Amino acid sequence: MPHINFNNNLPGIRSAMAYRPETAGPLSELAEILLRDNVGLTRAERELIGMYVSYLNDCFYCHHSHGEIACIYLDGNRDLIDQVRKDYHNADISGKLKALLAVAAKVQQSGKAVTTADIENAKQQGASDRDIHDTVLIAAAFCMYNRYVDGLATLTPTDMSSYPLRAKQVAENGYGNHIYTSKQPIESI
Amino acid sequence: MAHIKVEEGVPGIRSLVLFRPETGKPLYELAQILLRGPSPLSEAERELIAAYVSHRNDCMFCRNSHAAAARCLFGEEENLVDDVLQEMKLSAVSDKMKALLNIAGKVQILGNKVTPEDIEEARSLGADDREIHDTVLIAASFSMFNRYVDGLASFTPTDPTVYEEMGKRMAKGYSLPQ
Repeated sequence: MPHINFNNNLPGIRSAMAYRPETAGPLSELAEILLRDNVGLTRAERELIGMYVSYLNDCFYCHHSHGEIACIYLDGNRDLIDQVRKDYHNADISGKLKALLAVAAKVQQSGKAVTTADIENAKQQGASDRDIHDTVLIAAAFCMYNRYVDGLATLTPTDMSSYPLRAKQVAENGYGNHIYTSKQPIESI
Repeated sequence: MAHIKVEEGVPGIRSLVLFRPETGKPLYELAQILLRGPSPLSEAERELIAAYVSHRNDCMFCRNSHAAAARCLFGEEENLVDDVLQEMKLSAVSDKMKALLNIAGKVQILGNKVTPEDIEEARSLGADDREIHDTVLIAASFSMFNRYVDGLASFTPTDPTVYEEMGKRMAKGYSLPQ
């Protein structure tokens, strides 16, 4: 049961956004810019960083939601998402993304944990300043979203078949208020 | 030196949002709505939560600047800020505020550390849903801002008078630097 009465039956962050639309605005806008931009890092790479940080933060809802969104951008390659989650060092991804996931994992612990060597390694693998900026901010933002979702004990759907349906909504229409104002793709949670 | 090429001499988050204004806009809007928009918590109390979480995250830039803003907003009660940062439970803030700061401290560790007992405690001391919501989101957002500022090693001034000036400006509100 959620810690507060959201006056709705929506899952995860959707319930908190519907409860307070004033803060939902900038929260969605930030996600839209960080995760739907295609410059430097692809949408799939951005979602993989979000998924991985949510996994490290033990946030079931965000971890599986963003895993499924990444999966759509990866044309259904769910195996790659499992590889990244389990052991990204040996996953079939670029050296650049591996170096950026290492930076993201440090940010998940604490901002101060990121070392000059971590950044140098990412630059050597071809990451630009903008890629590094976006990686740090995506990781930091998920440290917020994950805490918002779990800190209020929002409803976490246990029916795993519901995750791809919500993911499709986001992949098609982006992040925005529609995720809590439009009809949910599945009623049961 | 910052990890990426930002304008030299510009402190903390300001240098980062000047580097990427597209993300800076929603970040500053979020801070303005959460810390200055309508809420049952006073602006001083909300800045105190921000300073407390930043202190626990060991983010000197955010800690010093938001503590300075909180001191401005508390006025004659400005000593409360340093008392809370030193030993929250022994400070003179209300029991309700202590219960909300306890929740913020749990959120700082991880969202799932907040227990139904923490929430019950806050409620029994008079906190309502909206106050709990705002406390959790302020604590969560500073878990982001702190990581953003330190994760890119942005410039952190050490001169206390710099923060005093910053606090005065921040007390008036947050708008994206141009």
